[in-house]
Amino acid sequence: MRADRTKMPVQDPEIRNCNFDEVALGYTPELAMLEASRCLECKNPRCVSACPVNIDIPGFIKHIKDANIEEAYHTIYQSNILPAICGRVCPQETQCEGSCILGIKSKSVAIGALERYVGDYALKQNLSIQEEISEKEEKVAIIGSGPAGIACSASLRRLGYQVDVFEALHEFGGVLKYGIPDFRLPKEIVDKEIQNAKDLGVQFHKNMIVGKSITIDQLLHEYHYKSIFIGSGAGLPKSLGIPGENMTGIYFANEFLTRVNLMKANRFPAAPTPVRIGNNVAIVGGGNVAMDAARTAKRLGAKNVFVLYRRDMTALPARQEEVEHAIEEQIDFRLLRNPVEFIGENYVVKQVKCEVMILGDPDESGRRSPVGTNTFETFDIDSCIISIGQSPNPILKSATPELEVDRRGRIIVSNHQTSIPGVFAGGDVVSGAATVILAMGAGKEAAISMDQFIRERA
Amino acid sequence: MYEITEKKILNQDVEWMRIKAPFVAKNAKPGNFLIVRVDEFGERIPLTIVTHDEMSVTIIYQKLGYSTQLLSEKQAGDFLFDVVGPLGLPSHIRDVKTVLGIAGGVGAAPLFPQLKEYARRGVIVDLIIGGRTKDHLLLVDEYQEFCRNIYFATDDGSCGQKGFVTQVAEQLYQEHTYDLAIAIGPLIMMKNTVLLNKKYNVLTDVSLNPIMIDGTGMCGNCRVTINGKTKFACVDGPDFPAEGIDFDELMVRQNYYKEEENHICRLKLGARK
Ligand SMILES: Cc1cc2nc3c(=O)[nH]c(=O)nc-3n(C[C@H](O)[C@H](O)[C@H](O)COP(=O)(O)OP(=O)(O)OC[C@H]3O[C@@H](n4cnc5c(N)ncnc54)[C@H](O)[C@@H]3O)c2cc1C
Ligand SMILES: Cc1cc2nc3c(=O)[nH]c(=O)nc-3n(C[C@H](O)[C@H](O)[C@H](O)COP(=O)(O)OP(=O)(O)OC[C@H]3O[C@@H](n4cnc5c(N)ncnc54)[C@H](O)[C@@H]3O)c2cc1C
Ligand code: SF4
Ligand code: SF4
Ligand code: FES
Repeated sequence: MRADRTKMPVQDPEIRNCNFDEVALGYTPELAMLEASRCLECKNPRCVSACPVNIDIPGFIKHIKDANIEEAYHTIYQSNILPAICGRVCPQETQCEGSCILGIKSKSVAIGALERYVGDYALKQNLSIQEEISEKEEKVAIIGSGPAGIACSASLRRLGYQVDVFEALHEFGGVLKYGIPDFRLPKEIVDKEIQNAKDLGVQFHKNMIVGKSITIDQLLHEYHYKSIFIGSGAGLPKSLGIPGENMTGIYFANEFLTRVNLMKANRFPAAPTPVRIGNNVAIVGGGNVAMDAARTAKRLGAKNVFVLYRRDMTALPARQEEVEHAIEEQIDFRLLRNPVEFIGENYVVKQVKCEVMILGDPDESGRRSPVGTNTFETFDIDSCIISIGQSPNPILKSATPELEVDRRGRIIVSNHQTSIPGVFAGGDVVSGAATVILAMGAGKEAAISMDQFIRERA
Repeated sequence: MYEITEKKILNQDVEWMRIKAPFVAKNAKPGNFLIVRVDEFGERIPLTIVTHDEMSVTIIYQKLGYSTQLLSEKQAGDFLFDVVGPLGLPSHIRDVKTVLGIAGGVGAAPLFPQLKEYARRGVIVDLIIGGRTKDHLLLVDEYQEFCRNIYFATDDGSCGQKGFVTQVAEQLYQEHTYDLAIAIGPLIMMKNTVLLNKKYNVLTDVSLNPIMIDGTGMCGNCRVTINGKTKFACVDGPDFPAEGIDFDELMVRQNYYKEEENHICRLKLGARK
């Protein structure tokens, strides 16, 4: 038995922080085989219950060991239609890999890397799953084409429903498209995995903002959808609420990342949407979004990119791999610093003033909470990217008053059903900003409830 | 894909199009806007919906920079890659008896649906319309159908008063009283109009046009400070009561990409000509 976890080859940090190509290069067949051989094929696998969609992990790894990658793909596909995506972006250390038995004594099996290997193989070989779908007449509508919507649409389609997905933007994929950068998740992969849902017969409609272009009421009563799933995500950026936040040079991460990922501003002027950040860029926040913003800024040519975070390194909520990659790419972490004011000239930001924090008693998240010290430090900046979280976009709610939401704008559900009968919801719009796989899990489960609802009504 | 069914050239800088976009048309209300992408690489261009019927919407756009010039290369029968809407909140139609519309340049386009709605409700509507030259005064015939008086201001004096719309307004305020003014045009014009109106105690609504990307409240690019609070023009507006808007901040925000915009315009359109 090998104890060492098989490392995935990566692009050299000095080279990759100047390009948008993928950082992690993926296993070769030999490396995949080597890593697969570490799995003990546990009888009661702890990893499976820690995966939000319960992929048969020992099952698919066994197929890799047998060099039957196609079969491995089929095994994963039963539970997860986006393996090449999840293998790349799941926070495995807190999910499947975090519970792997090997992790107790040494290092867990690299489940995510293996899943990615299988997913990539399937995309490269154009493996398609031929499924018999027994058609039903009923139509269902899905709002939003992020992971929650895609998972829900595929599940409903497999049950035979006529599925229409309505997406507000001009491309499909939600955060996978406009948020997560190419160097972590190439957009071709997102498109190809979405193609799988299209191949199942799911119809995707772009430029349709539900609540504006069409309302929930119209969908139900004019277009006769039997049931609706809302997977509209958590797209509204949180602000710091400190003086000077609307000066130029200050971005919300959503704007910055959308300019680059969706509008391809990194290719300006070949792509006509610009982005400008200058040399000294402050990133506020410590999650995945902050890491993506920081590493994107570096790739756009900023000389000094630093992360302002109000706790310490151990408390960073970002995926471990992203933090490691960020450090390798010379992102500077200025910890225990909390911005309190932007200082500018003529509405252009020049400096950010931060309070120095110390860690006090643990808060409800279990992490030690930051406490101000009333000492301050000021940094010169050309731009700042605020990445401190997001909440659901209020468009749907304001167009649909009878849809109940909580204090933070999250849709309230019971058994995935909202306050409107027949209208279901899941993903970030219900949970608040969470993860890709949790959103997919919610979409899948909601599909089961929707099917039940429709059959009971029939 | 969205078909351009009709196109008109209004003057050397401004054009009009009718676009087939049933889902935008169906729910459109006065004050709503849409976002267009000309081709698959295109910028997202926000434009006001001027009129609409069951199937289509009309837009009026000024050829300003790269993307609006690209749009102007399209002809009737051509297709636009993306059209999405209706976006923004419909104009808040106030309970008033007299309204003065003040349009600067292409601002006459976004003003049109609102003013027409007031007129439809029986409100007395006067209009000041300004532009660089006589040719730049937009929609005059259409406005004539429902405005009581129309006053003109041009930079070169080729029609009406030589000078700014604010000068005309100041004269009007000597004789007339208005319950409300609606000013739409370049930011500097709106700013000065609001200052003037304050002096004469005229309540003012404006329509803001900050830089936008998604138009759905997701990116925050379009934010404006109003009475110290942040608003997203695409979802909270684009129409706002003028009171407390930080126009100076907004002007700086609007010019943030000037250098890049000039660069791409010279580079790409220049090279193709
Ligand atoms: C920069 C960034 C990095 C991240 N990194 C990771 C990571 O590494 N790993 C991880 O697991 N998670 C990560 N996340 C979180 C993860 O992406 C989200 O939890 C997940 O995408 C949520 O999926 P969703 O389907 O609920 O919503 P979204 O992905 O947000 O999709 C919602 C979709 O609905 C559309 N929509 C919204 N309103 C409407 C409407 N009214 N009508 C029609 N369509 C509408 C939106 O345009 C969007 O396309 C990251 C998030 C961000 C922003
Ligand atoms: C709600 C709203 C309604 C509008 N209605 C109309 C209309 O009816 N008719 C009309 O001619 N124009 C309208 N505009 C302005 C129009 O969107 C801009 O003129 C256009 O985007 C300029 O693009 P460009 O590439 O041709 O010029 P550029 O050279 O890129 O820009 C010229 C100037 O336009 C502004 N601008 C640039 N990009 C954007 C953007 N993405 N969003 C908003 N402003 C931008 C900036 O101030 C810039 O300095 C509206 C804008 C908004 C926000
Ligand atoms: S989907 Fe995510 S949590 Fe589940 S096995 Fe794959 S990487 Fe692990
Ligand atoms: S817990 Fe670890 S060793 Fe056991 S089956 Fe899962 S991956 Fe393999
Ligand atoms: S344009 Fe993005 S939030 Fe308004």
